[in-house]
Amino acid sequence: MDKKHLQTPSQTIGPFFAYGLTPTQYDYEFKSWVDNNMVADIDAPETIEISGTVFDGEGQAIDDAMVELWQDDGEHKLYGRFGTGTEENNRFIFKTIKPKSVNGQAPFINVILFMRGQLLHTYTRIYFADESSLNASDKVLNSVDAKRRNTLIAEKVGQKYSIDIHMQGQKETVFFDL
Amino acid sequence: MSNIIQSGFDKEIQPSYLYEGYKSTIIRAPTKPLVMPKKSELSLTGPVFKDFKLGVLDHDLTKNAVKNGEPLGERIVVHGKVTNEKGHPIPYTLLEIWQANSSGRYIHKADQHDAPLDPNFSGAGRCMTDAEGNYKFYTIKPGAYSWGNHPNAWRPNHIHFSLFGGDITSRLITQMYFPGDPLLEFDPMVQSIPLKGRDLLISKFDLALTEPDFALGYRFDIVLRGHNATPFENL
Repeated sequence: MDKKHLQTPSQTIGPFFAYGLTPTQYDYEFKSWVDNNMVADIDAPETIEISGTVFDGEGQAIDDAMVELWQDDGEHKLYGRFGTGTEENNRFIFKTIKPKSVNGQAPFINVILFMRGQLLHTYTRIYFADESSLNASDKVLNSVDAKRRNTLIAEKVGQKYSIDIHMQGQKETVFFDL
Repeated sequence: MSNIIQSGFDKEIQPSYLYEGYKSTIIRAPTKPLVMPKKSELSLTGPVFKDFKLGVLDHDLTKNAVKNGEPLGERIVVHGKVTNEKGHPIPYTLLEIWQANSSGRYIHKADQHDAPLDPNFSGAGRCMTDAEGNYKFYTIKPGAYSWGNHPNAWRPNHIHFSLFGGDITSRLITQMYFPGDPLLEFDPMVQSIPLKGRDLLISKFDLALTEPDFALGYRFDIVLRGHNATPFENL
């Protein structure tokens, strides 16, 4: 029972996931069980919006990525999913709450990213620009080269946060080996 | 969470981000090394599905999109067990499934492959593992289709799978293939997998799972990353 079993290999999500994984968003008949409203089931007085664009190595906005967010601050475990093919400029948009700081860490949201052209998904994180003091002392952020740290930090405009994901190039997002 | 032991992607099994035979990876693969945070800084959890409510026909793609008759093609039933790397079953986890119809056509609006749609088949479904980690769904065997990766490129018959497991590191999206498919050796997706792992995505025909007068049986077992002793302590 305890011998090592080989991991099932990953394969790409491909270009045609929408009617199975995000069907309601893309107006297919099959009903989604999850979407980009991560606070539908909780009483959340102060919601935030997080949006952005995923760019390929040629600077083009990717229109067939699937972005998943997972946040867990002990009090709220929230999950969301959105495809980048329905909004203007191929943006992703999520409605959620800002997670609390846990054990002195800066608040953050996990990102799991899938797309055609990725045989294996990528992990990144979203931190918040208005948490500069917690960000400055956060051990995970500090494990990232200082010059690249800003690729993980969402800018704030009003109650809205904005963060772009760059797969390649000078602004290449930091991806984590979890 | 202290009893959860993480294990990374197995480099001897998993495809790499950049695989030039699959052209779309060239401008979408990260080019800089991934950052590995200290495991002690990570408290990893993920969505749980113990109370998830499946629709009554979610697990039966031969019925869940019927409009005016039955879908065309060969009915199949796919069984398997979902375990972690120690072989321990992963109970009550969600599987999401999507695929082309028997002619090799997806209902996705962007699919331009010139093959007929089937008004009675959507190719989307879901099922859950039971207390022993076993899952089962019914569908129609998907057809092969051409794609633009290289001249005369054809995808082998395949079913897309999406799974979660116990935390975000066990997340998996993959594709199940069929035994004996002559296209496997020409397919860059399959060939992107190191040789040691390639057969793991090929389902096995199983006469014992075949339902007389109804559907051919295939087995496809799935191993998710991780070897935590009690994967579902938060249930």
